[in-house]
Amino acid sequence: MLNISNLNISFGHGSEKNHAVKDISFKVKRGESFGLVGESGSGKSTVLNCISGLLNHWQGTIKVDGVPVSQKRDLAFYRKVQLVFQDPYASLHPRHTIDRTLKEPLAIHNFSDINHRVEKVLREVDLGSQFRFRYPHQLSGGQRQRVAVARALILEPEIILLDEPTSALDVSIQAEVLNLLQDIRKERNLTYVMVSHDLAVISYMCENCAVMSQGAMVEMISAKQLKSGNLTQNYTKQLFTASKGYDRAAIDLFQDF
Amino acid sequence: MTEKTTTYSSTKEWLLTDTPASALQAAAGRAYLGLLEFLKNRLAVLGLMIIVALVFVALFAPYIAPFDPILTDLKHRLLPFSAEHFFGTDELGRDIFSRIIWGSRLTLYVIGLVAIIAAPVGIIVGTVAGYFGGIVDMVLMRITDIFLAFPKLILALAFVAALGPGIENAIIAISITSWPPYARIARGETITIRNSDFIRAIRLQGAGPIRIISGHIMPLCLSSLIVRVTLDMAGIILTAAGLGFLGLGAQPPSPEWGAMTSSGRSYILDHWWLITMPGTAIFVVSLAFNLLGDGLREVLDPKSDN
Repeated sequence: MLNISNLNISFGHGSEKNHAVKDISFKVKRGESFGLVGESGSGKSTVLNCISGLLNHWQGTIKVDGVPVSQKRDLAFYRKVQLVFQDPYASLHPRHTIDRTLKEPLAIHNFSDINHRVEKVLREVDLGSQFRFRYPHQLSGGQRQRVAVARALILEPEIILLDEPTSALDVSIQAEVLNLLQDIRKERNLTYVMVSHDLAVISYMCENCAVMSQGAMVEMISAKQLKSGNLTQNYTKQLFTASKGYDRAAIDLFQDF
Repeated sequence: MTEKTTTYSSTKEWLLTDTPASALQAAAGRAYLGLLEFLKNRLAVLGLMIIVALVFVALFAPYIAPFDPILTDLKHRLLPFSAEHFFGTDELGRDIFSRIIWGSRLTLYVIGLVAIIAAPVGIIVGTVAGYFGGIVDMVLMRITDIFLAFPKLILALAFVAALGPGIENAIIAISITSWPPYARIARGETITIRNSDFIRAIRLQGAGPIRIISGHIMPLCLSSLIVRVTLDMAGIILTAAGLGFLGLGAQPPSPEWGAMTSSGRSYILDHWWLITMPGTAIFVVSLAFNLLGDGLREVLDPKSDN
């Protein structure tokens, strides 16, 4: 479904040049959920921004459904691939009602039956019709993120890119949103690419994941490996240890990569 | 979720409900909360009342003014206050009260047209420059800089001198000189919001620049712009009056307040009301717009404390 090979991107020029993503390649099958993990600044979100089209000076090949996509995207691409942002407090327009936020993409893509589609997608993300004409400031963080998911779903895409969709939410809401995302994936047979620094979230959501460090891919692991801790690379092991919580003895053994 | 059909016992409840049933109701509720916030500011309400009174006076000028504003009567020139002539008469025996009443039409005409011309030009130039950045931004902002490099009144004077005196030319000149600050404000606001997630989100849904600028960026620039335009109204009135005073705005015998102060200047020592009455009118209306602008800022500007 999604095939990335030798993806490279760098920012800045000359001595300040920062090679943010180095030769990343991975494949995601239809209906699969693929994770990208790594610490802050490892380039995982940048990969997602290249795929979604927010960044367009990358090199390499990105194929969706076997068709290579160019730097400049067309409407058909946006109908196929949608992104859910990390921070639900920033990703909804503060002066637009939920209704307008959801109708706008339908108007851009000339969908018919707009009212019915908005109602349906709100039901799908477990928000009642009483939320439809509210402004974002009248919703909680979890409700906002549901709206953001609904906005991504409303164009009926095949691939959804998730940029740490739960990291801005508190723990009780995180589980709700993750379950919702899992249910929707099964129901619609969607393909997910999910970025997270939380190994627990990745092991719950994804079948396979890539571990990234300083822009390069360190290792590809499956969810089973992640659960059992059967890891080969030292960096991944260290990340795995760090994710278990604070431990003085373990931290003393950490090395820089 | 179960559908609830609620009936509202009062308009207030309908406005303040958590669960509006239509976009109109949501917008009305928001406007109502803004109005409540505005009404808390007494001075702003006073300003609004003066402006409403001004509009009322301008609309019904023929019924309020007791005399024809341009009818000269040399037998009754330079009369002080009396029951017949509330504000006295001027050097040609015209009733000053009637002239001020009719002059309110000219004042409203000037500020209305300047706001309609300058504000949209400013917001379009500013948002386009801010959204696209790069070369577009550079070209548009350098043009703006050229206009900002001159003092407003001097530039307006130059334009009127070139276009010829008259109220229409004065309006054009004031509009040309007042859009650059609006463009600057709109550009600044646009730059702070163009990289926010909600703009990225709509871009990833395939929206083009026209839709993004007009539907997503402009509404967010609008509130600070409305505040600025209202506060500038006082300056616009003063510039128009200044042009009138210098003989470059409205031409005699039209009852423009600035021109009236100018012609009363030669009588200032013996017949002070000739210049004081139109001067007071200019002062009151300018002050009213400033008060209203401050009140609007508290309602619309999210950066203010209240």
